[in-house]
Amino acid sequence: MTTTPEKAGTQGAVETVSVTIDGVQVDVPKDTLVIRAAEQIGVQIPRFCDHPLLAPAGACRQCLVEVPDAGNGRGFPKPQASCTLPVADGMVVNTQATSESADKAQQGVMEFLLINHPLDCPVCDKGGECPLQNQAMSNGRGESRFVGSGSGGVKRTFPKPINLSPQVLLDRERCIVCQRCTRFAEEIPGDPFIALVERGAQQQIGIAENAPFLSYFAGNTIQICPVGALTSESYRFRSRPFDLVSSPAVAEHDACGSAIRVDHRRGKVMRRLAGNDPEVNEEWITDKDRFAFTYATEPDRLTYPQVRDAGGALRPASWPEAFSVAARGLADARAAGGVGVLTGGRLTGEDAYAYSKFARVALGTNDIDFRARPHSAEEADFLAAHVVATGPDGPAGGSVTYGDLESAATVVLVGFEPEDEAGAIFLRLRKAALHSGTRVLSIAPFTTRGLSKMHGTLIPTAPGDEPGAISSLLGHAEHGVDATSVILVGERLATVPGAFSAVADLVAKSGARVAWVPRRAGDRGALETGCLPTLLPGGRPVADAQARVDAATAWGVDSLPEKAGRDSDAIVAALGAGELAGLVIGGVDPADTADPAATTAAIERARFVVALDVRASDVTRAADVVFPVAPVVDKAGTYVNWEGRPRPFEAVLGAPSSLPDLRVLAGIAEELGATLGFRTVAEVWSQMEDIGPWDGARATMTPVSAPTKDPLGDPAEGLLLSTWKQLLDQGTMQAGDKHLAATARPAVAKVGRTVYDALGPTVTLTGERGSVTLPAEPVDDMVDGVVWVPSNSSGLGLLTDLAPPGARLTISGGDA
Amino acid sequence: MSDVDTLTPVLTKDWGTDRSWTLPVYESRGGYASLKKALTMAQDDIIAAVKDSGLRGRGGAGFPTGMKWSFIPQDNPKPKYLVVNADESEPGTCKDTPLMMASPHVLVEGVIISSFAIRANTAFIYIRGEILHVIRRVQAAVAEAYAAGHLGTNIHGSGYDLDIVVHAGAGAYICGEETALLEGLEGRRGQPRLRPPFPAVAGLYASPTVINNVESIASVPSIIEHGAEWFASMGTEKSKGYGIFSLSGHVTRPGQYEAPLGITLRELIDLSGGMREGHQLKFWTPGGSSTPLLTDEHLDLPLDFEGMAGAGTMLGTRAIQLFDETTCVVRAVLRWTEFYKHESCGKCTPCREGTWWLVQTLAAIERGEGSEADLDLLLDQCENILGRSFCALGDGATSPISSSIQYFRDEYVAHLTHGGCPLDPAASTVWGSSLTRSGA
Repeated sequence: MTTTPEKAGTQGAVETVSVTIDGVQVDVPKDTLVIRAAEQIGVQIPRFCDHPLLAPAGACRQCLVEVPDAGNGRGFPKPQASCTLPVADGMVVNTQATSESADKAQQGVMEFLLINHPLDCPVCDKGGECPLQNQAMSNGRGESRFVGSGSGGVKRTFPKPINLSPQVLLDRERCIVCQRCTRFAEEIPGDPFIALVERGAQQQIGIAENAPFLSYFAGNTIQICPVGALTSESYRFRSRPFDLVSSPAVAEHDACGSAIRVDHRRGKVMRRLAGNDPEVNEEWITDKDRFAFTYATEPDRLTYPQVRDAGGALRPASWPEAFSVAARGLADARAAGGVGVLTGGRLTGEDAYAYSKFARVALGTNDIDFRARPHSAEEADFLAAHVVATGPDGPAGGSVTYGDLESAATVVLVGFEPEDEAGAIFLRLRKAALHSGTRVLSIAPFTTRGLSKMHGTLIPTAPGDEPGAISSLLGHAEHGVDATSVILVGERLATVPGAFSAVADLVAKSGARVAWVPRRAGDRGALETGCLPTLLPGGRPVADAQARVDAATAWGVDSLPEKAGRDSDAIVAALGAGELAGLVIGGVDPADTADPAATTAAIERARFVVALDVRASDVTRAADVVFPVAPVVDKAGTYVNWEGRPRPFEAVLGAPSSLPDLRVLAGIAEELGATLGFRTVAEVWSQMEDIGPWDGARATMTPVSAPTKDPLGDPAEGLLLSTWKQLLDQGTMQAGDKHLAATARPAVAKVGRTVYDALGPTVTLTGERGSVTLPAEPVDDMVDGVVWVPSNSSGLGLLTDLAPPGARLTISGGDA
Repeated sequence: MSDVDTLTPVLTKDWGTDRSWTLPVYESRGGYASLKKALTMAQDDIIAAVKDSGLRGRGGAGFPTGMKWSFIPQDNPKPKYLVVNADESEPGTCKDTPLMMASPHVLVEGVIISSFAIRANTAFIYIRGEILHVIRRVQAAVAEAYAAGHLGTNIHGSGYDLDIVVHAGAGAYICGEETALLEGLEGRRGQPRLRPPFPAVAGLYASPTVINNVESIASVPSIIEHGAEWFASMGTEKSKGYGIFSLSGHVTRPGQYEAPLGITLRELIDLSGGMREGHQLKFWTPGGSSTPLLTDEHLDLPLDFEGMAGAGTMLGTRAIQLFDETTCVVRAVLRWTEFYKHESCGKCTPCREGTWWLVQTLAAIERGEGSEADLDLLLDQCENILGRSFCALGDGATSPISSSIQYFRDEYVAHLTHGGCPLDPAASTVWGSSLTRSGA
């Protein structure tokens, strides 16, 4: 049953009308639907097609009520559907609670719904949480009359489930054609791949031939289906709802901070559902958030610490032994040049804080960076000056929120493709464009499907040309940006020199507001807690002596290292050059880093490596000490989403041997004689609250000017590589669900029409690191001289196989 | 046709003329004179004339046509549209089809005048897809009208532009429902729309739209030609003018009889030569199967909107289907119900599921299975559909059942006590006299 909370944040005087429902007078905002007005007085009118986030349909007729006075003194002669009827001042409504005719009408509709519904509740996934089952009990008759007449009723039947997509199955017998799924697909993500076909009792949900329901948001239809008609391959027949324990949680796959619900049974996650958070993800999540959880139970999950023995092989070790071996090795490495710390994107804020403090207090270094991806010093400057320590309630004033996307006149996307990189933002921007008239502009090389669905406008821009495109928005005749605009900056912009500076300049001159949207759930928390060479927790600049003193005081240490640290690339280089001797690495996949080969070599070369990870990888295989750490489902913590909004969650599963990174770091630190002062998530949180955000002077940004050379250069030199990661790809946290993987968009090289016509359906791209051969797909508005390829949908990923983003490639036809 | 004075052929007056569907013949008999007159009139005066004439919608519901036109918000910047509902599909209804076959130009002329009045520059004629010959004839008439300058830009120098699009439906009864028709016209699945917004405000392509029946629009030229008073002089107090009555079934001369509203069935049967020889009227529908049926008690009721409402039924489309005493009412009702089940669009529960169930219950009774309690079950099912469904299709599906049980409950019961139909099904056919159960 879906009920709506009144939309929060509605300010100003709302015109209300007074209605009488079941004899109770209630004032509700004008245009409220009767079905929701009734909720205000605690009357739940049964419903199926109605959904508060979808446009009214009036299809199922379950919510019929009696309206003896429509507010004009006259009543409706027949029962009215309360899901389509707006209130009017003076209206009188009698629901099933007080009206026999409404009750009879509802029972009549319920009886009709059941005549063709199979009696397979005992084996149906929805049984136990089924609105049809529940409301048949509350608003239906106990005995069926369908069996009574003549030779008995004959139900309509269909062959059992058919695939709408590799993941979503449809059982047409169970479907009551309420159209929630088709309305969702059309209205919310704009993926109308499912539609009604046939008519009468044969009416059913269908897909067109060779056009399966491949929406990134398809799983939401399963959740809002009021019967068991839509099920997933992943969950179908796996468990009964009444055997499940439901725990609220936060999705770990992107920076949206989407609320989810994790349903588990006997220590095993069975499924995940969207949570309901009107301010963040409303009631929708991506299929990745919904289905990608099996990575935590893959066979390569680490379950015990390991240390490298004298023969050079990893062997199991006890926790105390591993702590002491790690501490000894790190102490030696610290003495022999120092230890760098590389953290990945999966960390919670608390874990990130632990790394940050561990680096400064236990290792005495600022050589720490969370950016396990191509990055730049300009980016770090931008983050320190414009992003860190902002939030909806932050001291630096309200940051951009989801709600702001709806009220903004213009939203500019730069280096950011929301449908792939932040699903909840995509849905909110689409809603804004459709219902609030928000204009979406995208600085990108071509119009993506996502941009079309947001009714957005492309500002055609080749990779490397973004600074100019950004600057051109100031006072632009068509695309002018002003104080009512919001600029969403993706992390990918770090690969373009001068781009962040151009954004800062545009913001300063136009008054537009800016938000930085990283891809990973842990990145913003890592920024806030100081997993950067230039920042301490709370946005304290390392370069600011007062800030260092402030942090040192909070931490009860004499001083903190003054020397600015190395960023990820510099740490890798220093390890490779032997300048750094040790490495603490957690949750980093070398394939994501700017130079995968260099990162892998640096890990090999490092004298001593401590790896903290959930699953075995080339990093853990190369490490000297390996600590298993808890996947997010096993631990409490907080993600900070792109808005800067803390998204705390409790541990879903109680797994005593599954420890968070922070506990491991505390154990090593104790052996190093540098107590971090915490062992639990709660203790870290309390320290984070104590230290708080920096209230001193913010770091300022040193502008970087864009290279003056036209990035397109000589076309004879080849094509420029534009790339980002698709929502569903080869990411390690999507492992284990083949049905989900089958819904991913395939790897294709998108090229301009002329290139396609010249080179044909298959192209081979060659860059500085190798060649890839992919099917080509023509894109009509592709900027000349640009090719787009998904970053991690083929081979070992483009950074390993091809070239870094923005690089020049040569292209040839076929498999040459 | 002894009593010829009771007929008022206006729309049907040319049907007997050779090649009546061609433009030269139509014009030779005064066609398109009304258009030329209308183009000299103020547009609001045309609307006023239609209002004053008392013309009520001829598609069944009887909504005043002029009032419908005046609902079009003329300050709305969007284009206005006229849509002609020629999806004639109601069982028994056969007036628009012969009208468009025999006299398509009266419709085209009506469309032009009506569009001019409501300031529409595009009009659509949505014709039932199954009647291909009619579609071709209307298309030909529209082409002739273009060639003659009655359509296109600057019609007869008036500065008024109009294009007519003849659209073929795809075979769904529901598309006769005006909002489902709009969906179909827009290229979408034909299912009724949620109202409000009403088509007058946001109809075709979300623009102000008037949707009228063929006969309503075809009546407009005569009102312009002869005046509102002339039209209003016919018919009854609240049901003005003339209309085509389609008689079918067990009458001697089935066909279209154009007469003032308020004529009685007795008069119409007389005009059509009486019931089949040797038989008596048993039951009849006044306006298609969706209107509750009546019996020989109702022969002298005025066939107008009020007269029929007074008898608990509706004038509907004046599709009068007559059945004599050889007809099994249960069988007839079952056939109609099967039609509704087949045509239910599926959007709403009561109609979709209810018609599925009604057919099963009725079929069992026709086979003589079940008990008298099933009649109450049938009536309860009807009660749960009527007024509960999304559009009027569901309501229509219940009409024959509840009205037939009201008048012929004994015959239903007889099926149960007799163990099947007590009547000879062959006797109701045209060859029935030679093919009776005993004789065959």
